[in-house]
Amino acid sequence: VRDFAYARAGTAEAAAGALADPRTSVIAGGTELLNWFRLGIAAPDRVVDIGGLDELRRIDRDGDELRIGALATLNEIGEHPLVTQAAGALASACLQAASAQIRNRATIGGNVLQRTRCPYFRAEEPLPWPCSKRDPGSGCTSLAGRHERQAIFGWTQECVAVQPSDPAVALAMLDAQADVLGPAGPRTIPMREFHLTQREAADVGQPMRETRLEPGELITGYRLPVSADGQAYVKVRERASYEYAIVSAAAAVRLDGARAGGARGQRIATARVALGSVAQRPWRLTAAEAGLPGAPLTREALIPVIERAMADAVPLPQNGFKVLMARNAAVRALLTAGGAR
Amino acid sequence: MTLDFARRVEVPLRLNGRDLTTVVAPRSTLLDWLRDDIGLTGAKKGCNEGACGTCTVLVDGRRMNGCLTLVVQCAGRSVTTVEGLAAMRGAGPGGTGGGSPPCTEKVGGELHPVQRAFAEHDAFQCGYCTPGQLMSAVACIAEGHATDDASVREWMSGNICRCSAYPQITEAVLAAAREPAADDRAGR
Repeated sequence: VRDFAYARAGTAEAAAGALADPRTSVIAGGTELLNWFRLGIAAPDRVVDIGGLDELRRIDRDGDELRIGALATLNEIGEHPLVTQAAGALASACLQAASAQIRNRATIGGNVLQRTRCPYFRAEEPLPWPCSKRDPGSGCTSLAGRHERQAIFGWTQECVAVQPSDPAVALAMLDAQADVLGPAGPRTIPMREFHLTQREAADVGQPMRETRLEPGELITGYRLPVSADGQAYVKVRERASYEYAIVSAAAAVRLDGARAGGARGQRIATARVALGSVAQRPWRLTAAEAGLPGAPLTREALIPVIERAMADAVPLPQNGFKVLMARNAAVRALLTAGGAR
Repeated sequence: MTLDFARRVEVPLRLNGRDLTTVVAPRSTLLDWLRDDIGLTGAKKGCNEGACGTCTVLVDGRRMNGCLTLVVQCAGRSVTTVEGLAAMRGAGPGGTGGGSPPCTEKVGGELHPVQRAFAEHDAFQCGYCTPGQLMSAVACIAEGHATDDASVREWMSGNICRCSAYPQITEAVLAAAREPAADDRAGR
């Protein structure tokens, strides 16, 4: 790790001010940043520590809005009664991320800014192979090599990586807004638009851009509409705990009518569903959300709606299985959210 | 407002019950500092990237990976390593039993109930992961997550045991959790 100079920020404004210098990184928990330093993904001259800004750590409710500070840790969010009641999918996503000890450090602000787990990207410098994320324009070794875990939506020849954050999927599904602070003052970014696919980034002429966050901007917190919908976060992985998702799905469901005889077979009033680890951003299945109201909450009824909403998937030669796996995760998340399993 | 960036930083903290001030380069991790500067080698350097958990220590009573924590992030905090665990017997929140043993010397005396449970249940083979398992187990119990087999396996999943002593580790954690007041000893 290269040496750097360090300062503690007394206010978010001071931290944002320091970030105006592009050789500066911000540290919150540090669980991702320290590994960037080790691999050479980041090598800043200066690091500004926002970990002491307790006002950015609060979790509270303001009317119909749940507010979560950027410095709240994944364990704090996952076990907070306000979150488990009003944003259960987010609580579940937080507790299914990483390990207990990492979740004590990792913050919800930093978590959505983590970068892909693509092994060709996460190698120590000097990189022995091309990677456009590490060396812009050099190409994508994964595309020609192994890519079982990579994207089925939105990828380009330059990069096929996915965004691995669990909480980001729940935040996008729950229509959360990120509050950010930057040189131009505060602004808001909807979490369903926060991350960019490689295709979206290329279309705005910045092929390696990953988020809508501008240089020098800092996430200070999130605001979510409080929801009484049943919710679920389903994470499919190679071991039961402490592993990244192969695919995941977050869902929120409200049913029509009385609950006599259980939820199975009842009709859906509204549904929201987003997939994780299928693209470089959480993937809201907007077409399914439009088609689900009125449908019975059964596996048989859900499958064709989800399949139609995923018809534009473009799997790579080695990851066709992710289309079916993601479909099934979405169905399972919807059934669980609606109480039918 | 301009911040004052420094290449050497003075960090006051409490280590295993003893207050001290150290001066570090900002890039120093808690793990490297404990092992190389202080000489406490209980926390192990397994993967150095947060994947194995063998560097787990308590910071203000919460378990954390020493390799993913900078010393400068511990300013004003209380750090407990496996070397300080025996001294935590009977300690209330925030304390280490009233004593203030030198942080680099062996404390001796009676083992912490979690250490005793690991020995009684044969919860190791090679022992490399044990310091991290012990610290994680102490926190797991204090958090209230040591309720049953499935919960222990989920909440201890950040500690990898390549000898695969998981059944014995799970039993040891549950046995220690059943001891009265075991959850009083997280050393916050």
